Amino acid sequence: MAIVRVTGLDFRYRDTWALRNVSFEAQRGQFLGVIGPNGSGKTTLMKVIDGILVPEKGEVTIKGHAINRMKRRDIARLVAVVPQDSAMIFPFKSLEIVMMGRAPHLGMLRFEGKSDLRIARSAMEMTDTASLADRYMETLSGGERQRILIARALAQDPEVVLLDEPTAFLDIRHQADFFGLMKQLNRERELTVLAVTHDINLAAAYCDRIVLLKEGRIHALGTPGEVITEKNIRNVYETDVLVDANPLNGLPRVTLLSSPLSGQGSRSNAGAAPQL
Amino acid sequence: METPVVTPFKIARVSAILLILFLVAGLVSVLTGTAGISVSRVIRGILARWHEGYLALDPSEETILFSIRLPRVIFAGIVGAALSTAGVVFQGILRNPLADPYILGVSGGSAVGAIIGILIGAGAIPFGIPALAFLGAVMTVSLVFAIGRRDGGLDSNILLLAGVIVNAFFSALIMFFIATSSSADLHSITFWLMGDMGMADGGKIVIMILLLAAGAGIVYCYARPLNLIVAGEETALHLGVDVRRTKIVLFFAGSLITAAAVSFAGMIGFVGLVIPHMMRMVLGTDHRLLLPASFLFGASFMVAADTVARVLLAGMELPVGVITALCGAPYFVYLLRTRRM
Repeated sequence: MAIVRVTGLDFRYRDTWALRNVSFEAQRGQFLGVIGPNGSGKTTLMKVIDGILVPEKGEVTIKGHAINRMKRRDIARLVAVVPQDSAMIFPFKSLEIVMMGRAPHLGMLRFEGKSDLRIARSAMEMTDTASLADRYMETLSGGERQRILIARALAQDPEVVLLDEPTAFLDIRHQADFFGLMKQLNRERELTVLAVTHDINLAAAYCDRIVLLKEGRIHALGTPGEVITEKNIRNVYETDVLVDANPLNGLPRVTLLSSPLSGQGSRSNAGAAPQL
Repeated sequence: METPVVTPFKIARVSAILLILFLVAGLVSVLTGTAGISVSRVIRGILARWHEGYLALDPSEETILFSIRLPRVIFAGIVGAALSTAGVVFQGILRNPLADPYILGVSGGSAVGAIIGILIGAGAIPFGIPALAFLGAVMTVSLVFAIGRRDGGLDSNILLLAGVIVNAFFSALIMFFIATSSSADLHSITFWLMGDMGMADGGKIVIMILLLAAGAGIVYCYARPLNLIVAGEETALHLGVDVRRTKIVLFFAGSLITAAAVSFAGMIGFVGLVIPHMMRMVLGTDHRLLLPASFLFGASFMVAADTVARVLLAGMELPVGVITALCGAPYFVYLLRTRRM
């Protein structure tokens, strides 16, 4: 059964179209990646899916409910979002941040009970952050903060998790750790994951299916092997790449060819004087 | 180790401690002044009000205690509680540590209303000046709300800029009035602008309590949504908060509380900025604890500041705003330098 269904989305910011006729589905327990260059509509798509932006045409349904007719609270019980980073203006401790994930499950004036605390603690254990409970968010490293935000999403007990370039500020080890953890939760809890990422190789390694966006339209949709081809990447990103099979797992691997040192420098640079 | 999560028990415990602090501050304030009254006589006087069989105080002590000092303590407490609560609200919905109750121009509008009241002699009518000040505040709030509205919600950055512009405009108006008014009116205007507790009486106290109770009651109902908004507006949406409605409700509730305080007591600076930061440093950011704690501690702080304002210079009374700013500004610099905000 499709848990997230996106049908014929059109969205524009004033007179610039950001999404044109975007349709796809995510099945329960799927790990779906959304890739594409800057300005291709990835983040807009995520915001339309979680109901923050309202499309001009088309519809998003989660478990059959139209998202734009749901209350924020009801959306929050089904869909959690892990943002890139969370800038803290005022001091919150990590456990307080994770406990916020329980908010959609509580009445207006109800306090979190023992069961909420237990859920938050176990979310922190799953993300290996239990020892950080008493620390203030601003004293944590980027990787630790990101894991706290995943713990908060888990404490929300959602069926779908949206990731918007969640590893943008992480080093390669933490990027791999992050996707590894999401993959594990995806398998163990049948959590449906929709991830926007700039890293095509990470997407190839972790996603079951990939949506490739170009100028707001779906350019390709399918398994990593179907979508990540030299032709598709060249057409969408307008840069020369080599795609071969990763010798370790056979998944597609992208190598950028248009760097000045690769010997096949991009044509637009040909006439420029060397800078170094 | 105690879990760093706010519980009703923790809120009750902190509130009880701060309530005792307020009572102590109030008692000290009542005892302080040119005419000395002993603790035992204050207690006896209060008991005599409710229980027959206790000897009443002599008439002059009775007047000083019940008609002057006690109303003034209660009045100062209400104003301090109101400004601190409004400070927490505006720092929260604007997500800005520099916000205070006056940042959106409520005080400027109120001041222009009050000054017009002073100039046309509205002081002769009961509640004439506070009513005009309140009217000025309400008109300003409506204007800033209209400017800050966007996509059915309130845009924090536009609100802040609107507040800056509105405040600048009203300062110009205030200076115009000051430049053109007679020296007799000048003294009243200056005292009003710096904040004055000398206007306490039963009627004002009752109105203030009603307005503060309404505003603070609404604010407390939104304490947890406010936590989430402070953690980020998109985060709050993702966690199920109706951000637009919450911000609009809190904007009006905070403005109501501010308007009430400014209309009756004038512009008392720094309380609404500093008290929320002090409480946040000690107790954290969870508004379910931060709001009642700021309310109670703000009340105690204002009573203490007012007591100092009354007795610092023999034979004359200073505007309490002078004391709060003189204590508040250096403390704020200390907070900035130690980066605990």
